[in-house]
Amino acid sequence: MVKALHIVVDDCTGCQQCEMACSYKHEGVFNPAKSRIKVFEFKDQGRSVPYTCTQCSDAWCMQACPVDAISVNTQTGAKEVSGDLCVGCKVCTIACPFGTINYNHTSGKVDKCDLCGGEPACVEICPTPALTFIDAETTGMEKMRYWAEKTDQGQTAQT
Amino acid sequence: MKHVIVGAGPAGVTAAETLRKADPDGEVTLVGGEADPPYGRMAIPYFLIGNIADSGTFLRKSDDPYDGQGIRYVQGIAEDLAADDGKLTLADGQQLDFDKLLISTGSHPIKPPIDGLDLPAVHHCWTLQDARDICGLIGEGKDVVLMGAGFIGCIIMEALALSGSNLTVIEAQDRMVPRMMNKTAGDMIANWCRSKGVNVMTSAKVTGVAEDGGKLSITVDNGETLPADLLVVATGVRSNMDFASGSGIDMDIGIKVDDHLQSSINSIYAAGDVAQGPDFSTGGWDVHAVQPTSVDHGRIAALNMAGHDVTYQGSLNMNVLDTVGLISCSFGLWQGVEGGDSSEKVDTANSRYTLLNFDGDLLVGAVTLGRTDHIGVLRGLIQSRIRLRGWKDKLMEDPNLFVEAYVDLTRT
Repeated sequence: MVKALHIVVDDCTGCQQCEMACSYKHEGVFNPAKSRIKVFEFKDQGRSVPYTCTQCSDAWCMQACPVDAISVNTQTGAKEVSGDLCVGCKVCTIACPFGTINYNHTSGKVDKCDLCGGEPACVEICPTPALTFIDAETTGMEKMRYWAEKTDQGQTAQT
Repeated sequence: MKHVIVGAGPAGVTAAETLRKADPDGEVTLVGGEADPPYGRMAIPYFLIGNIADSGTFLRKSDDPYDGQGIRYVQGIAEDLAADDGKLTLADGQQLDFDKLLISTGSHPIKPPIDGLDLPAVHHCWTLQDARDICGLIGEGKDVVLMGAGFIGCIIMEALALSGSNLTVIEAQDRMVPRMMNKTAGDMIANWCRSKGVNVMTSAKVTGVAEDGGKLSITVDNGETLPADLLVVATGVRSNMDFASGSGIDMDIGIKVDDHLQSSINSIYAAGDVAQGPDFSTGGWDVHAVQPTSVDHGRIAALNMAGHDVTYQGSLNMNVLDTVGLISCSFGLWQGVEGGDSSEKVDTANSRYTLLNFDGDLLVGAVTLGRTDHIGVLRGLIQSRIRLRGWKDKLMEDPNLFVEAYVDLTRT
């Protein structure tokens, strides 16, 4: 069963431990700026919003990649970047309408959430139910699909 | 059903793969015009600087990605199209019969009418073979002149600069990347490039090229004469559609296609740089020669060829460019719309710039310099036509908050 990263905004306290865990897991340092999940703070609303790749089915990043460097992990469903194949052209960073694949100035390649191979470090560290890793069908993927469809380049009518 | 796809760039390859899945019983033939397997032009700069082998530019990395996947791969150049008979003739005389044809032949670089551009040390840098030819002509101590600082010229500029060559860039317009950047941003890019040792001339035209003692001598209308071991001409491209000129198909700056990527001839579709298709922003018809548009075109044309009914919302003009380490992006109507508001923030000291253009409370265009994080939300904001509501005023005050605006408006 494919699992998805499920984000419940109302349960996020803004502690940013997910950013630390992500940065440490992928980059070996505790640096929120290097995290692939980012918590946006809306102080006027008292709201913290964790934000990362939803592994969307459209996978604009993967489709736009000119060198086949992004592929689907068949175990986790995550779209993963191959550091060996990515040349750093950044086309995916403008193709993704969610802005969740980003250029890494240190490596000269792009980074995105890879669900840590099926054991997301952000979920492990999250002290509240804001981040969970659960059956993809029961998550709030409808919302994600809604925005994906709004951006979609091709709307299928009767097929 | 016999599907023929002529042109094996990103549009053609995406179409072939999509057709293979969407029409499992059909025949899919993909015609590539070059000796190399299909490759991505966006990767050429990284080959030029030696980061990757030529195979690193190939569009597909799996073993036998075409014939092995039921896609018949043919090498050849299209020469003639007989639309009524459903026949495509290649330069070697081979004839391919089709029920449905996709034209995805891309474009070719053009040379302006200037004396001396036929000399051996004058090159384009368009194909992978062009890049191989140039590799031996750049490096420490070489004098290299790049004519044209548009997007195509600029994507290889960094490779030319990093090779250690003495690089001069000559642009006829008043700024760098004039079709993607306004004057403020274009000038900031030029200043950045100068600070990295590139000699940038704008509002300057090459008037003649001659050979002088084993080197090129390039005359510029600003009074300068430049010696060069290599002149790279990047002054524009034209769609590859001459082979179809006798077919009666509608063409303008590209093959004209409707919102199903179908041409004026029912059995023929077009995709990628050769297709003049719907423009998301203007509602008009244009050629958007960028990788994301090519793959979108390829996928949607293929689905329609396979008998589905898929409407294309139009391509969003967008680009990302890395000029010797300064990353710039432009999206949509970056020049703004009449009566629309603009919000601009210039940070010259840090070479950072953000420009947002609105139509009412919709974002319709953007330019950024020096920022890369979450940059794709600009596409999301524009193409999802998200009403900015209260965020419009905040963005008018500080355009750099566009990611916050997107996250707040879409994650409730």
